[in-house]
Amino acid sequence: MAKVTIDGVEVEVPDGTTILNAARQIGGDVVPPAMCYYTSLKETGGKCRVCLVKVTQGSTKDPRPLPKLVASCRTPVMDGMIVQNITSPEVLEARKGVVEFLLINHPLDCPICDQAGECDLQNLAYEHGAAATRYEEERRTFEKIDIGDKIKLHMTRCILCYRCTFVADQLTDNRCHGVLNRGDASEISTYIEKAVDNDFSGNMIDVCPVGALTDKTFRFKSRVWFTKPIDAHRNCTKCSGNVVLWTKGEEVLRVSARKDQYGEVKEFICNECRYDHKNMGDWVVEGPRHIDRNSVISQNHYEKIDLKKLQLEVDRQLTFQKGKQLPQSNSPS
Amino acid sequence: MPKKVLLEHENVPGINRFDVYRKHGGYASVEKALKTMTPDQLTEEVKESGLRGRGGAGFPTGLKWSFLDRKSDKPRYLVCNADESEPGTFKDRYLMEKIPHLLIEGMIASSYALGAKTSYIYVRGEYMYIVKILEKAIDEAYAAGFLGKNILGTDFSHDLYVQPGAGAYICGEETALLESLEGKRGNPRLKPPFPAIAGLYACPTVVNNVESIASVVSIINMTADKYNDMGIGKSTGTKLISASGHINKPGVYEIELGLPVEEFIYSDEYCGGIWKGRKLKAVVAGGSSVPILPANLILKNAKGEPRLMTYESLADGGFATGTMLGSGGFIVMDETACIVRNLWTFERFYHHESCGQCSPCREGTGWMEKVLHRLEHGHGRMEDIDLLVDVAKKIEGNTICPLGDAAAWPVASAIRHFREEFEYHVKYPEKVKNPKHFEIEPLVSAAAVAV
Repeated sequence: MAKVTIDGVEVEVPDGTTILNAARQIGGDVVPPAMCYYTSLKETGGKCRVCLVKVTQGSTKDPRPLPKLVASCRTPVMDGMIVQNITSPEVLEARKGVVEFLLINHPLDCPICDQAGECDLQNLAYEHGAAATRYEEERRTFEKIDIGDKIKLHMTRCILCYRCTFVADQLTDNRCHGVLNRGDASEISTYIEKAVDNDFSGNMIDVCPVGALTDKTFRFKSRVWFTKPIDAHRNCTKCSGNVVLWTKGEEVLRVSARKDQYGEVKEFICNECRYDHKNMGDWVVEGPRHIDRNSVISQNHYEKIDLKKLQLEVDRQLTFQKGKQLPQSNSPS
Repeated sequence: MPKKVLLEHENVPGINRFDVYRKHGGYASVEKALKTMTPDQLTEEVKESGLRGRGGAGFPTGLKWSFLDRKSDKPRYLVCNADESEPGTFKDRYLMEKIPHLLIEGMIASSYALGAKTSYIYVRGEYMYIVKILEKAIDEAYAAGFLGKNILGTDFSHDLYVQPGAGAYICGEETALLESLEGKRGNPRLKPPFPAIAGLYACPTVVNNVESIASVVSIINMTADKYNDMGIGKSTGTKLISASGHINKPGVYEIELGLPVEEFIYSDEYCGGIWKGRKLKAVVAGGSSVPILPANLILKNAKGEPRLMTYESLADGGFATGTMLGSGGFIVMDETACIVRNLWTFERFYHHESCGQCSPCREGTGWMEKVLHRLEHGHGRMEDIDLLVDVAKKIEGNTICPLGDAAAWPVASAIRHFREEFEYHVKYPEKVKNPKHFEIEPLVSAAAVAV
């Protein structure tokens, strides 16, 4: 076990835990944001640099500070380590810089992007970004392509977190997409004429932090905050069958895996559950799902709404629209 | 005549052939090492010699060797970094082209010290003709029994392979090189683990520059004590310097570390002074990645002492008034050189060569290049100069590998020392539209009074 202090809060974690996971055990504001790290995928992280933190004391044995800011998602804690995250102006400055870098080539087309409302980059930019850009040159753009028959790749939005390549490496039996080219011309793409059609390929959509990979069966159907997420399960031979149904009325618009408060999926689901069972009848409904991370979805706290009260309210509205006199109970008193 | 160690026989005709090389004392170090020394003794010898990595970072080679995980039962590898892509650096090419056997000799001796049964020379893709030279030399060494099984009758066996890269600057970074050598995309790895613990194929690996490995030969031949005598302080031995730019005699020179910079630039033995009788304006002392210094600061440090060609002396004053010896790519600029244009060229290079793995470098290098393009072509604004400084600051130190730093340092230093030149570009856009504008109207800032 190692004792580590993050922003003045001490926590004891097993050896080999990363700084990020130690911070998550504390929770709250001291947790660094992460765009490329993904707990359930091995070897992810270290690329986006938004989780940079300052280590002011390496360990009890070697109290020297580390010379540079380190990526907290890939740096293991040492006993006696002292870490500064939000208490260090240097870290906040660097993070602001990284957010700016991530945004200079991002199209910022949130109004027409399906990910809006559940986008990690949106949240990150809202929290750490500047109000205006200093970048005035042309942004890089790519053509939209279909990778596989169910996934749309909108490379212009991609922040190159590499998560989807790790999904293909670790969940499917062969990866047929990857990163082509170099530098800011690099793009995610498939090998020539190949399509991503593996049974677990749909998880690429869930791990994508931005709107680069979207579900073609859900594209432009609805804004996520107009849908109601419901926990449901079914007996599936390929996966756990535990999913979230994104519904509008009785209609299931989208099926996705369940994400935790950090937007990470612990139980990946198969493509059959994701695409082929868009009937309420196929699922055993467990109840409304609370989405922690993206407050915009749970904004109305629909899961706490009294349905009977709502019905009465709707009836009242309808009556009002028909030009009839309002029932007595609603007149101002 | 300065003492030459690496390039002693550079002008011997046919030195690239095994028989000629052997006649001039070649492979003596392998004989000496294998027959009279243990691997640990040899490592100690290199440690004592004070040899520092010649690839750019200047990390002590012996210390690097001693970090190698010798307890693990995995095979150990030695990899020679011949992916010399730093703009302004061409010393390894010269060495491998002229005396390929020197590198091979060093590889055998170093592998013996590290206990590596297999080693690789990773050559940059543009040096395809050198791959052929090295392969021919390796074949000759195999035929003479210096490579293969039971070298010189001892139980040390060794195989050496040459692997050409595909022409990416980033593959000169040691972990990216290992990725590329494994056949993957050349993205730098996150450290730790360091290659000494988990390098090539997750086995303990040492990655050394061509010149470092070639220097091991001289260390064995002349013993560490004698090698130590050359140079000053912690910068021992000799160094190959690739001199280029506005000088009378560009080329590769072997210098003893500790040579005054002024002598190097102006003596006829080396660069032979600035061409066309012009004045010195600025020097990039160690390849494009290191900070640029104006004439007054490269000849003398901030305290007024003459600057020497050593790791310490060039770094004197930190990044405020100093630079680095780096890989020895010595680029000299005369009074007509345009610093902005030069910097734009450098940044174009880094933008093109960024691997795109981590965000600050991927996006920041392109951004800096675009802003510099604007300045150089007369569309700049005053606030662009501060923007460049700020972007460079946000890249520096926040990336996975040193490429981000390498892209940020030249920008920060050029603006630090030559700010009025950037302002000149903003104030007189009509004057800078001609690519050779500085040839016509030399601009020497007051701070950089030429010698």
